[in-house]
Amino acid sequence: MTVTSPVLPAAAGTATAHRHTVLRTLLRNRLAVVALAVLAVLVLAAVLAPLIVPYDPNAQNLLQRLQPPAWLAGGHRAHLLGTDELGRDMLSRVIYGTRVSLLVGAGAALLAGTVGTAVGLVAGYFGGWPDRLLMRLADVQLAFPAILLALAVIGFLGSGLGFVILVLGFTGWVSYARVVRSEVLSLRTRDFVTEARAIGVTDTAIIRRHLLPNVTAPLATIATLHVAAAIVAEASLSYLGLGVPKETVTWGGMLADGQLYLGTAWWVAVFPGLALMITSLAVNLTGDALRDVADPKAYRR
Amino acid sequence: MSTVSLQRPDAPAGRPPRTRRGTGLARMLLGRLGSALLVLLCTATVSFFLVRLSGDPVKLLLPPDATAHQESVLRASLGLDRPLYSQYLAFLRGIPRFDFGTSIFYNQPVGHVLAQRLPATLELAAGALVVTLVIAIPAGIVAAMRRGRATDRGVMTGVLLGQSTPPFWIGILLILLFAVEFHLLPASGYGTFAHLVLPSVTLAVYSVAVVARLLRSSLIDALASDHIRTARARGLGPVKVVLTHGLRNASLPVVTVLGLEIGSLLGGAILTEQVFSWPGVGQLTIEAITNRDFPLVQATVLFFAATFVVVNLLVDLSYTLLDPRVRTTR
Repeated sequence: MTVTSPVLPAAAGTATAHRHTVLRTLLRNRLAVVALAVLAVLVLAAVLAPLIVPYDPNAQNLLQRLQPPAWLAGGHRAHLLGTDELGRDMLSRVIYGTRVSLLVGAGAALLAGTVGTAVGLVAGYFGGWPDRLLMRLADVQLAFPAILLALAVIGFLGSGLGFVILVLGFTGWVSYARVVRSEVLSLRTRDFVTEARAIGVTDTAIIRRHLLPNVTAPLATIATLHVAAAIVAEASLSYLGLGVPKETVTWGGMLADGQLYLGTAWWVAVFPGLALMITSLAVNLTGDALRDVADPKAYRR
Repeated sequence: MSTVSLQRPDAPAGRPPRTRRGTGLARMLLGRLGSALLVLLCTATVSFFLVRLSGDPVKLLLPPDATAHQESVLRASLGLDRPLYSQYLAFLRGIPRFDFGTSIFYNQPVGHVLAQRLPATLELAAGALVVTLVIAIPAGIVAAMRRGRATDRGVMTGVLLGQSTPPFWIGILLILLFAVEFHLLPASGYGTFAHLVLPSVTLAVYSVAVVARLLRSSLIDALASDHIRTARARGLGPVKVVLTHGLRNASLPVVTVLGLEIGSLLGGAILTEQVFSWPGVGQLTIEAITNRDFPLVQATVLFFAATFVVVNLLVDLSYTLLDPRVRTTR
């Protein structure tokens, strides 16, 4: 990856107080607290997966295929969530699936955020033909269903985790660019920007020191919601068999396998599906809560 | 497009306009049409070069032990022996005539293959639209009228769930419930009305969530405006106020956002068709990509982009019809 500069610079000293209020407002929202707790558990599960799983997620045991979860008749305590069609432990696979999901979600959001923020800053600050060109490009990008582009790129250029992150990152930049651009359009006429320009501060310094810190709040909201979108998109691609290759455990791939056994072994599809839904719900709830903090007007509605 | 004929679009630019309004509208629509064509050209170009970046399709199609002669015969029959720019121009020239070449896998004109799959997708889209309207409009109205109460919170929880749940997971849950458990509806396939129910509901979940949420918030805005208060003061009942005054004003943002969401809906259609083995354009697209049937891939990609563009043109048009203010502002 060629992207080196971080999207969100460390907040300046004055921002610490602000961050405390953000955190306090977030904590007052009970739903957001639950969502954050779920997210924390998911991140822990992803990081610690090799240490906490009871089995190797790819270890097959054909003598114990399609065993039901432990609490059902025929289930065994050795496999809490049962086993799949190759006798692989469902619990271990669901836990391992967290890794790809979170990695793709965070990676795609970071990449799209970097690209989109850069585009939005340039378009909004300089205006003129770069603005027109970039926004026209955004229109074209929007007309292309992101999943279709991802499918075509992966189908023709190659699959793999890195490819999925790249594709979802480069198809997700438009919303970042639009929001940053509109923020910058209103910021650039404000006194602190015009005065900085009057005393000869360079464009890059103005963008870095005066514009970027002021767009981080809306960026954080979009990024969070984009993480959820990217997680769902990766699962969709893997479900279609055009995402992360089969050797890697993904919830989407597990769902595709499980669909074949819906009539006899519902758990093979249901557990990865539940994990996917809980993850996407938790991330979306966090994003909603962030937006309410950033824009209290919308919250009161 | 009767609105456009108010003013001849080919009127010389320097001439004083007959009415300001007509020129503004015609110019806006022409501008939109121009950018729509540009979007299609870009999409066509991207898909053309994308499928050719993947390496030599002839090598992929033939077994590894094929002779050089067999290769050159196949290459010529696919038109791949010509220089790239001439292939590109031929592809572009074919588009207005709906001539997309011959499908490698089906050995039929791509237009034919696409046309065979189109009815199934249209049926699915119509079914999903009906489900969306029937559920989302009442839900949005009820949530707006009883805002903050239990009904509203229930609707909003449903909205949140609908927006965070991927369509293929909903589809699988529905199959599990209605096909496997209760044997009420078929799990997959195409043909009868019963086959249409589960795919339509699956595809509609996301749009139900989007429409209900938007309708609620824009109705809340609309209900707070002056003319609604006047209508209330005149003694109109709450239901009548919402239906006669609120909905019209609230429909604009809903229509706009639906136009922008059409991309997600098309993506949802691809997944839904895959879940239910629905023989539509979405499934055809996946097939074409897995088979590396690149003339078919080019055409299906273009089909989805064209759908997006046409829907958004219609949205722009309906906007000018629904809101007279759009016509007069530049």
